[in-house]
Amino acid sequence: MLAVIDYGMGNLHSVSMALKRMNVPFRVTSDHEEIKQSGGIILPGVGAFGDAMRELEERGLVSVIKQEANQGKPLLGICLGMQLLFSSSDEHGYYQGLNLLPGHVVRFSGDYLIPHMGWNWLSIKHPHPLFYGLEEDYVYFVHSYHVQARNAEDVIATTDYYQPVTAVVARNNIYGMQFHPEKSGELGRKLLERFVLLTETKVGV
Amino acid sequence: MITKRIIPCLDVKDGRVVKGVSFVNLRDAGDPVELAAEYDRQRADELVFLDISASHEGRKTMRDVVRRAAGELSIPFTVGGGIGSVEDMFEILRAGADKVSINTSAILNPELIEEGARRFGSQCIVVAIDAKYDPDAGDWFVYTHGGRNHTGKRALDWAKEAVDRGAGEILLTSMDQDGQKNGFDLPLTREISREINIPVIASGGAGNEQHFAEVFEQTAASAALAASIFHFGEVSIASVKEHLRAKGVEVR
Repeated sequence: MLAVIDYGMGNLHSVSMALKRMNVPFRVTSDHEEIKQSGGIILPGVGAFGDAMRELEERGLVSVIKQEANQGKPLLGICLGMQLLFSSSDEHGYYQGLNLLPGHVVRFSGDYLIPHMGWNWLSIKHPHPLFYGLEEDYVYFVHSYHVQARNAEDVIATTDYYQPVTAVVARNNIYGMQFHPEKSGELGRKLLERFVLLTETKVGV
Repeated sequence: MITKRIIPCLDVKDGRVVKGVSFVNLRDAGDPVELAAEYDRQRADELVFLDISASHEGRKTMRDVVRRAAGELSIPFTVGGGIGSVEDMFEILRAGADKVSINTSAILNPELIEEGARRFGSQCIVVAIDAKYDPDAGDWFVYTHGGRNHTGKRALDWAKEAVDRGAGEILLTSMDQDGQKNGFDLPLTREISREINIPVIASGGAGNEQHFAEVFEQTAASAALAASIFHFGEVSIASVKEHLRAKGVEVR
């Protein structure tokens, strides 16, 4: 069973719907026990970084998520959920994240449209079990802030929006996707399926 | 780089697609969710559902449509029509829509844009503008209530105000071109898309593949929307994208 973390932010519905379509058992929850019992955690998120950390903190979820992740449970952050995996963000001030991966989140800045919204090409940078059997394609992004990872090897796929943009991160059991796999057509669905498979087989990297 | 988006629009009344469709492979071509799923399979980039129900019952039915669509679709979709408050936005977004589109209600109460953006994020808030050219004034003006009421607002001023208030996208419909099938309103789309720094969806007038190429080559529009030409199969998503690729416009 997967735990989709419910912390009062954004649209949990679309991730849940995608899991339902895939016949994956899951629970939308903020219950600590349920999260501890789960086979894997999905951290969705739409909204602001600081608000999200506060909501997680208020529900005692920061320590639970970190503890579970540090014990090797597969964890997937989606969109803002991926950004929360990192050390800190500049969004409306300076906020600390879950710090499971080293790196900082900054706003896009330049003479171009912000947010980065729409379908963009996913370029695989490092081979990874998450990408097994998959081919590069377009995926759907909506974000105004992006991750600058401290370890280049944690970034396993990027996209191009006036600069290389972190699109998929992975280190051991920690995964993140900046785009919305649940809104990204066939490749998105396959990536979610691969994550689910990795939670079931506990494939280490 | 980010691709240009092709967006079919479905007019829905009391839970049924209003303009007929001619896809023979659908069991129920009047079901907006079945039609939407077909567009998803054809690699449409997004969808817009425009609820034109007049009754309260019809609007409730729309929420069921949104819920079912959210269960079926693997692409983002926007819902517009009859959204007059933050509560209405909440209902539609909670039912599973990715974005809400507001038109007349934003003109009547511009703070709705701010409230929506603050609560749900700018990326959820699409401001739809119906614009018509006034040859005497030499400018485009905004109309509401499905084009019946002249607001006296200049389209560009209103678009800029919407951006300042937190809109995430502008859905720009040319009332002059709508239904004419002789191309998007290039001067209007060019002016608005050049002056604002959020995506503009061009709407109204598409009749063939080349019209999509023109709007992307000659304006800064991020997306283009059409309804009946897709529904009647005169133009397919695939043929539009093939044509755009041949013209060097990046599409998914």
